[in-house]
Amino acid sequence: MSMTAETVNKPTPADYRSGIKPIWCPGCGDYSVLLEITKALATLELRSEEVAIISGIGCSSRIPAYSSCYGFHGVHGRALPVATGLKVARPDLTVIATGGDGDGFSIGGNHFLHACRRNVNITYIVMDNQVYGMTKGQASPTTDPDWDSVLTPGGTGIRAFQPLVIALASGANFVARGFAGDPAGTTNMIIEGIRHPGFSFIQILSPCATFRPDQREWRNMVREAPVPFTNDPSRAANRIMTDDGFNIGILYRGDRPPYETGRKGTPRDIDTIAEEFSV
Amino acid sequence: MNRNQRSAKADQQSLSIAVVGSGGAGAITTGTLLLEAAAKQGCYGILTRTVGPQIRGGEAAALVRVGNAAIDCVGDGFDILLAMDWNNVDRLVAEIPLRADSLIIADPEQGKVPEAILTSGARICELPIGELAKSVSKGRPNMISLGILAELLDLQSSAVNAVLEKQLSKKGEAALQSSMETVQAGRDAASGLGKYPLPVGDAAGGKRWLITGNHASAYGALRAGIRFVAAYPITPATEVLEWLSSGLAKTGGRLVQAEDELASINMVIGASFGGIPSLTATSGPGLSLMIESLGLAVASEIPLVVIDVMRVGPSTGIATKAEQSDLNIAVYGFHGDAPHLVVAPNSVADCVSTTQWAVHLAEAMQVPIIVLTDQYLGQTKSIIDRPSKVDYKAERLTTGIPTGGYARYAITDSGVSPMAIPGTPGGQYTADGLEHSVKGTPSTKAEDHEQQMNKRQQKISNFNYGDHWADVEGTGSLAVLTWGSTTGAIREALRKLKQAGVDDIRLLSLRLITPAQPEKFTAAMTGVERVLIVEQNHSAQLWHFLRAHYELPKDAEVYNRAGPLLFRPGEIIEKIKQWRSA
Ligand SMILES: Cc1ncc(C[n+]2csc(CCOP(=O)(O)OP(=O)(O)O)c2C)c(N)n1
Ligand code: SF4
Ligand SMILES: [Mg+2]
Repeated sequence: MSMTAETVNKPTPADYRSGIKPIWCPGCGDYSVLLEITKALATLELRSEEVAIISGIGCSSRIPAYSSCYGFHGVHGRALPVATGLKVARPDLTVIATGGDGDGFSIGGNHFLHACRRNVNITYIVMDNQVYGMTKGQASPTTDPDWDSVLTPGGTGIRAFQPLVIALASGANFVARGFAGDPAGTTNMIIEGIRHPGFSFIQILSPCATFRPDQREWRNMVREAPVPFTNDPSRAANRIMTDDGFNIGILYRGDRPPYETGRKGTPRDIDTIAEEFSV
Repeated sequence: MNRNQRSAKADQQSLSIAVVGSGGAGAITTGTLLLEAAAKQGCYGILTRTVGPQIRGGEAAALVRVGNAAIDCVGDGFDILLAMDWNNVDRLVAEIPLRADSLIIADPEQGKVPEAILTSGARICELPIGELAKSVSKGRPNMISLGILAELLDLQSSAVNAVLEKQLSKKGEAALQSSMETVQAGRDAASGLGKYPLPVGDAAGGKRWLITGNHASAYGALRAGIRFVAAYPITPATEVLEWLSSGLAKTGGRLVQAEDELASINMVIGASFGGIPSLTATSGPGLSLMIESLGLAVASEIPLVVIDVMRVGPSTGIATKAEQSDLNIAVYGFHGDAPHLVVAPNSVADCVSTTQWAVHLAEAMQVPIIVLTDQYLGQTKSIIDRPSKVDYKAERLTTGIPTGGYARYAITDSGVSPMAIPGTPGGQYTADGLEHSVKGTPSTKAEDHEQQMNKRQQKISNFNYGDHWADVEGTGSLAVLTWGSTTGAIREALRKLKQAGVDDIRLLSLRLITPAQPEKFTAAMTGVERVLIVEQNHSAQLWHFLRAHYELPKDAEVYNRAGPLLFRPGEIIEKIKQWRSA
C-alpha cells in the first residue's frame, strides 16, 4: 500500500480473502497455504488489485477465488502459461501461480520445465499432497511407487518425480520447500519468493486429509534444512537429492536476470510500418 | 470487403510462368524477381511456390501469374515452363498444367524432357542455361533464367535492374554487376524465341502492395491493436508470427515464443485477461491442441484471436499445401455448448481487413474468434491494390472503478458485461472456466448455467455484423456459394462467363462463418432457385454447415474436392456449364 501507516491501517491477511467458503475437506493442508499466502501479501503490503493469482484445476487450484486479488481459474495444467502471458503483457502486476502436483508436474509438466527456463518474474506455489485429490485418490507424479490405489493396485511401480531438482536443472531462480503446517516458515518463503526476481518455485507439502491420511505424520517428519540456502544450483540439487524430502526452507537463490521481452524502440506509426509492402 | 478495390478492367489478361529447379538452383528467386519486376511495370500478379518435402535442396517451383488486373487464383494452365533441371519434376507436374501452345525452355545438359511433360505436346526450346551462366564470372543459372523470361515478356531493363539492386543491396557492387550481366546473357540467348508480352497493368490505378496473406493478416492484427502474441512455429502459419515479432517491437507490443500450442493459447488468455489485445497463429495440428483452452476463453469471456492457416489434414497431412478442411473443428470442435466466432477472409487483400475486423469482434464481444485462412492465401505473394483503410479497432467494454459490488458476468441487454482489468481497484474477480454466477463464483446451479449460456449466446447473436458477413456479387436465379480462398477462382470464372454473356449467376462468399446469419442470407438469396456450393475439402464441410444453418433451395449441388490441387477458373467454368444445363 502506498499510504503510510499513520494514515491507513496496515493490511491484514483477512483483507486478502474473498467471502467465498472453500470447498476443501476439513483438515486439508490447503487451508493453511491460503492463510500463508494472504499473510505474505499482507506483509508485503501489496494492493490486492495489483496481484493476480492464477491456477489450473484440482483442489489446490481453487485458491484464486478464495482471495480478494484478481484471479484466474483456468484449465487443468495450464496455470503457468496463463501466468506467463499475464506477467509478460502486464509487468506491473504481481503474478502468483498456484496448483497441485498433478496439475503442475503431470498434465502441466512441460510448462513447468519451460517456466523455470524462461525465468519470468512470477512465483509458483505447488501444494504437493502426492495425490490427485480432486479426482478422488489416484497417484500423481510425486507419489511413492508402492502407494496403493484403485487405479494402480499395489502402486504405480514408478519412481517419484523430484520437482525441486527438476526446477534447478531447468533454471528456476529461487527454490524452496515448505510445509503447510509451518505457518511462519512458509509465509516467509512466499514473501521471499515474491521478492526474488525471476521464476520462484515453492513446493509446499500440503497433506490431503481424505486420500492420504498417512500424511498426518508429516508434521513429525519435517525439519528445518540444516544449512542455509546456497547460490550454487549443483550444490542445492545434491542436497535435495540426498535428503529424505522433509528438509524445509529456502534451498536455492539464483541471480539469473528475469525474462525480458519487447525490444525497446520508439513506437512507430502503423502506416509507416506498412510502407514495407509498397511496390 | 475488398470488392471495390479491385481494378475493374473489362479485358483481363494474364500470363502464367513456371520456373522449376532443384532446391538451391534459385527457382524461387527467379520467380520472385520476375514478379517484383512486373509489379514495377504496373502489373498485378501472384507467386505461389511449391516445394518438395525436403527442408532444403528438394525440387522447387515458382509459379508466377501476372496480369493487368488483380489476380486471386492460379491460372488454368502455364504459358511458359522454364526448367533449370528436371530433378524430381514429376512430383510437381500436376500443379503445372501445360497446353500444346505452351513453351518449354529446357537445358539439354540436364537430360531429356520427362515423359510427363512431353505429353502436353508443348513446344520445346532448348537453351544451355548452365553453360550460359558459366560464360559470366560468378554467373548463376537462375539469373540466366530471369534474363530469358525478361526477354520473352518484354520486361523493361529498368524494372529488372531495380529489383536486382534491391535484392543484392547487401552483396555489393560486384555481385550486382555480375547478375546484371548474367541477366543480359539470358536476354541475348532468348532473343529469337518469340514474345509473350506482359499484360501491362494500369500503374495509374494507385499504390500497390506486394504482400502475402500471412503478412496481410499480421498487419491487420497490428492495425487493429493486437499488442501481445504467443507463438509456436508451424507451417504454413509461421510468417504471421515472425512478421508480428518485428511489428510488435515497433509498436511497443510483446511476443513470447511458447513451448507448445497448449502454452501459446493460454499465454494469450493470460495477456488478454490483463487487458491487452492478444493473438496467436497456427495451423490444424496446433488448433487441435488449443481447443480445450478456447473453450476456457468462451466460458471466462476472454477476447482473443487465433489465426488458423489451414493446410492439408488430417494429422500432419501435407504441411505445405492448402485445404479448406478445418471448418468443422473451428465451428464444432469445442466441447459443451461454446458460442464463439469463426471468420474467413476470401483473398490476400481481404486478410488485412478481415483480421482487423476479427480483432474488433473478439474485443467487442469478449469472445474467442478463429480466423480461417489457408496455405494458398497465407503464402502466396500477391500484388494487390493498397487495401483501403478500415477503422476496426480493439475496443473492449471495461469497467471504471466499480462502486458497490462488481459482477464480472452481470446480465446486460447486449450480453456483454464490463470487464475489470487487473489493477482496477474494486474490480477484483476470478475468471473461471467453471460455470459461475454473475459474480464469477463457481456454481453448479441449473439457473446459473442457463443464464450464463444465454448470455454467452446472446452477445454474439445480437451483434450487428453489418455487410461484412459475406460478399454478395451479381444477381440472377443461380448462385454459387463458397468461402475462403476458393472464392478467387470462382470470381474469375464468373467474370469470364459474364463476358461470354452468362449473367444469371450470383456469388455468395461467406466471411462470417459463425454465428450463422439466416436473415441476411435469405435476403441475399432472394430469387435464387438453384445453388452450387464449391469448397476445397473431402467431406463437403461447408455444404453440411449450410444445410444445418440456412434455408437452401431444394436444388442444391456441391462441388468439392480435397486439397492440395487448387481450383482453377477453367474447371469452375466447366462445372458451372454442366450444372446450368443439368
Ligand atoms: C484435461 C483434464 N483432464 C483431467 C481432469 C480431471 N482432473 C481434475 S483435477 C485432477 C488432478 C488434480 O490433482 P492435483 O493437481 O494434484 O490437485 P489436488 O486436487 O491434489 O490439489 C484431474 C486429473 C481435468 N479437469 N481436465
Ligand atoms: S481431497 Fe484432499 S486435497 Fe482435496 S480438499 Fe480434500 S483433503 Fe484437500
Ligand atoms: Mg495433488
